[in-house]
Amino acid sequence: MGNQSCVKILNEWDIVAARQLGRNVAKELGFGTVDQARITTAISELARNIYLYAGQGQICIEKIYDGGKAGLKIIAADNGPGINDIRQVMEDGFSTSGGLGAGLPGVKRLMDEFDIDSSPGSGTDIIATKWLR
Amino acid sequence: MRIPILKLHDCLLVSIQWELDDQTALQFQEDLLHKIHETSANGVVIDITSIDFIDSFIAKVLGDVISMSKLMGAKVVITGIQPAVAITLIELGIGLEDVLTALDLEKGLEKLQQELGD
Ligand SMILES: Nc1ncnc2c1ncn2[C@@H]1O[C@H](COP(=O)(O)OP(=O)(O)OP(=O)(O)O)[C@@H](O)[C@H]1O
Ligand SMILES: [Mg+2]
Repeated sequence: MGNQSCVKILNEWDIVAARQLGRNVAKELGFGTVDQARITTAISELARNIYLYAGQGQICIEKIYDGGKAGLKIIAADNGPGINDIRQVMEDGFSTSGGLGAGLPGVKRLMDEFDIDSSPGSGTDIIATKWLR
Repeated sequence: MRIPILKLHDCLLVSIQWELDDQTALQFQEDLLHKIHETSANGVVIDITSIDFIDSFIAKVLGDVISMSKLMGAKVVITGIQPAVAITLIELGIGLEDVLTALDLEKGLEKLQQELGD
């Protein structure tokens, strides 16, 4: 309860709002500056992907607790076109938009856990978690 | 909001003071190229001390504006990259290998002078 907040991604400004939300929650949880930057960057990548490829969707930030551990979970969800070949989009440098193709493989490295669920026609759900050490 | 670009001798100085949104970043790219053209500056220092994260989009805009400036004949030095920014950039897989960097504005200007050979 009260552990999850969401931002709808409809335009570029919502990308800024999503990463600000993430940074605030990361601060509240006590993440250091480097992890705050990792989390902010990961949210920015996922929010921009939603805006660019799905048109709209949502980013939720959740505080999670597991035993004695606290963490931050990013849930990025859209009902866009989905991804055909997940292995391909997880490769560094793969982009269909002339980008660096750094986003998804980058988020995987920036966060501790990364899970992607996507198929053509059914949108994309990505969950990424960072644990407080 | 536009990022101010100052002229100092034959160089341009830019200090990015707030979080970049996409529009501001793209506007800056254009503004800087126009300013280089207008002033015939041959060097640019971009200080990003206040920036606390860089994602792949901002990294691309920065990398592109550096290449574009080079095409026009101006060298760019980036200064003030924070530890957290350096770490996340490398984890993203973005090394900005060919980019000239320095610790702070002052060292950035020194580096430019060396690069421009006087
Ligand atoms: N939410 C999404 N819905 C549909 N396709 C997506 C989604 N997110 C990513 N993709 C696809 O995966 C590819 C790789 O994404 P990734 O974020 O790694 O790189 P990029 O967005 O192309 O470039 P960069 O993020 O470096 O600016 C994209 O080019 C796009 O084709
Ligand atoms: Mg991307």
